[in-house]
Amino acid sequence: MAARRGFPLVVTVLLVLLAAAPFGLSGQPQIQFAMALASVFFWSLFRPASMPPLMVFGLGVVVDLLGYAPLGTNVVILLALHAVATAGRRFLARGGFMVIWLAFALLAAAAAGLQWLLTALLTLRLLPVLPAVFAALLAAGLYPLLAVPFARAQRSLAEPERA
Amino acid sequence: MIRLSIPLRQALAKLTLPVLIALAFGLMLLGKADVLLAERMRVALADALAPIWGVLAEPLGKVRVVVDEVRHAVTLYEDNARLRAENDTLRRWQSVALALDAENAVLKANLRWVPDPTPSYVTARVVADAGGVYARAVLLSLGPNHHTTKGQIALDERGLVGRVTEIGSRSARVLLITDLNSRVPVTLERSRGRAMLAGTNGARPRLMYWPEGVMPVEGERVVTSAEANAFPAGLPVGVVRYSASHVPEVEPDARLDRLEVVRLFEYGLHDLAPPELSVPRQVERRR
Repeated sequence: MAARRGFPLVVTVLLVLLAAAPFGLSGQPQIQFAMALASVFFWSLFRPASMPPLMVFGLGVVVDLLGYAPLGTNVVILLALHAVATAGRRFLARGGFMVIWLAFALLAAAAAGLQWLLTALLTLRLLPVLPAVFAALLAAGLYPLLAVPFARAQRSLAEPERA
Repeated sequence: MIRLSIPLRQALAKLTLPVLIALAFGLMLLGKADVLLAERMRVALADALAPIWGVLAEPLGKVRVVVDEVRHAVTLYEDNARLRAENDTLRRWQSVALALDAENAVLKANLRWVPDPTPSYVTARVVADAGGVYARAVLLSLGPNHHTTKGQIALDERGLVGRVTEIGSRSARVLLITDLNSRVPVTLERSRGRAMLAGTNGARPRLMYWPEGVMPVEGERVVTSAEANAFPAGLPVGVVRYSASHVPEVEPDARLDRLEVVRLFEYGLHDLAPPELSVPRQVERRR
């Protein structure tokens, strides 16, 4: 039961850690950011009990520490994403996959923009915009790849009622 | 566990999110006010994760070898032709290099040249990409009793990689020369003009502040300069390339996008004391 409850958090942490492994891909930090966004969004939407705000907070701290972002930036971004996802649950859950994907793409763009703004403010320098655009596009592109196995897991592995 | 009434519990649940968001902003301020705290947390996390990533790096390396082998098998014929041509050129260069080496030895003997001390180095495996969306760095896995220090210089088999910026008990972080915060004093090899190499987070760092009358030439080699005593002179950095908007950039010699093993050199250079050391030193001086 606890294992099924904890599944979303464990999977998210593993994905974020895996994205830091030396694959030799360019844009790996963006992949890490995209993984965290997609995972928090999906589980906040479909299983908020397994992705409570406190866990999102902890996850944000881990992403900040791993990604060498100024402390707190990803915490704010992920919490805001969580807040929007839980608030829009009723509306989004009624819409199909495409609606959810579109909503996520817009939110990812907003998140990347917020990350750019917060990092620029906290480091007091003008940052290149391209990495933020890339991060937003990558997050939107990665979402279906994560959402399909997540949806499958949600109905089987992560279902507390099945325990 | 304390039993709470349902309305109270619901009210508390509603409050969690705003409180946590406020806490996150507090964390931001804390991270800004106490830079060392964030650094210590990062080092602790990296130390804990370095062995895990080290285990993970092993199968990943094998997969990469297989992929490379397949790719090489496909281009075997062209590679062979290219290598033959390259070998001929290199043979000619080898004779030139040997002649120059002999000449150099004679000249140094005549000048009573004091040779540079041979630096000691350790080799370490890159276990993780420690950069972020706005940072370029790698994490190295080190043995528990390493003697690596901040400011040591990292090179791969081809050229300059960066400098060690954070040290844990089992890991070290190397800031790459492509990072936004990286500044490397360099010499343009042909004109001997000094310049600064500034990272942009892109693949090619930018050249800045070259002296008047000297223009970086396309294809010119760039090496480190000993100015500011942060680097020894003459380490290979890269080759000048002009961007589409006619900005001189440097294409690094080191393969920064696929680092596997780097060497950390101790040159005994100590340009700036790290901030946590400079404070007690001042106190001692006052006594």
